[in-house]
Amino acid sequence: MIPPSFEYHRPASVEEAVGLLSSLGSEAKILAGGHSLLPMMKLRFAEPEHLVDINRIPELKGVRVIGDDIVIGAMTSEKAVIADPVLNAKVPLLPEAAKNIADPQVRNRGTIGGDIAHGDPANDHPALALACDAVMTVVGVNGTRQVPASEFFLGTYWTALEETDLLTEITVKAFPQGAGYAYKKLKRKTGDWATAACAVVVALSSGSVSHIRITLTNLGPTALRAYDAESILMGKSINDDLIRQAAAKAMEICDPAEDLRGDAEYKTAMAGQMVQRAINEALAKAS
Amino acid sequence: MAKQIVKMNLNGQEIEQLVDSRTLLVHFLREQMNLTGAHIGCETSQCGVCTVDIDGESVKACTHLAVQCDGCEVKTVEGLAEGGVLHAVQEAFYEEHGLQCGYCTPGMLMTSYRLLQDNPNPTEDEIRIGLSGNLCRCTGYQNIVKAVKSAAVKLQQKESATA
Repeated sequence: MIPPSFEYHRPASVEEAVGLLSSLGSEAKILAGGHSLLPMMKLRFAEPEHLVDINRIPELKGVRVIGDDIVIGAMTSEKAVIADPVLNAKVPLLPEAAKNIADPQVRNRGTIGGDIAHGDPANDHPALALACDAVMTVVGVNGTRQVPASEFFLGTYWTALEETDLLTEITVKAFPQGAGYAYKKLKRKTGDWATAACAVVVALSSGSVSHIRITLTNLGPTALRAYDAESILMGKSINDDLIRQAAAKAMEICDPAEDLRGDAEYKTAMAGQMVQRAINEALAKAS
Repeated sequence: MAKQIVKMNLNGQEIEQLVDSRTLLVHFLREQMNLTGAHIGCETSQCGVCTVDIDGESVKACTHLAVQCDGCEVKTVEGLAEGGVLHAVQEAFYEEHGLQCGYCTPGMLMTSYRLLQDNPNPTEDEIRIGLSGNLCRCTGYQNIVKAVKSAAVKLQQKESATA
């Protein structure tokens, strides 16, 4: 399987990349890690006439701390996310969850920004971005804008990015002091997408929940945030009954596509299990 | 216009080739450079038989364009042995029966080589996680894990002998 013909461009800066995107228009696609785009091109699901390879733009890689903000370059690889000391100390959900993405070779190439910008509900970073209240920095022909994760994922393969936009950074805040976190992902094998997965971040204050995020992967047309499930737990001292109620609320918003991983009923049931396990694990880590 | 000049260091040699931009690295290696060590398996970055080393990282060459390697150092299984002497990982796979049909072996060797460069003394868990992107349908993996452990010892002995 060989991709269809295209013209290859390798800009050295964000400015040059955005210039190329604006002059090439809808015929161009951005090449990040390539582990979603190249397989789609082999299958002719995508046939761009131009590929804009953003792998040699140094400013898009790495993690920086700016005041309270932790700024992750869009081209930071999953391997780099896993190893990064700042993320491990302040937003440990991201490196822990990244260990469950694909396999080691793919994690060397795959990037956090590519995973988010692709808009695939099966990708893991969208639900993680929702759980971390991430804000996306998008550079386009009309300048730079900030888009919160809650407004970024619009549908399957559909995000707030316009054709000439480049996602440059993902900004998150450090978790609240003593927060617990977990990402539970049911998959058939290494490298598979989630049958169902759930991210939880929880912080306690005098034993009651003072902060909670419950988000879901591959259980609808986009990553989902289970607001009603969070409401059940917010302000409460958590017990098993409340966890079961929260899981039931999360299952209500699931609308998974049937595929070889299972039908909608099975996937929704597994979502309930992942939510319960993630809440329990996050609580065990919270202090 | 779709062709580009690509320069890279391939197994220690500087090369310059005219490459079609859509050519995947694994096809470039096998068909243009006659290096047939990296195999073509699933072509969907699942199986790992096409694994090569690019700038010190294991990469699946079926999901990487040859033009992306411009200016890079690329190492394939053909570049492991030096002066007709097998590399320690090759020797260990041979001694520990880490292969049967051999189809996955070039990828297994390249991933193991990089794993031991990055982590010279891995635990069994680290070996199994490190090789989780490489599939083998013959061995059941036990002897592959043994081979990587044995290669780690060999490499450490070589290091202390030269130190």
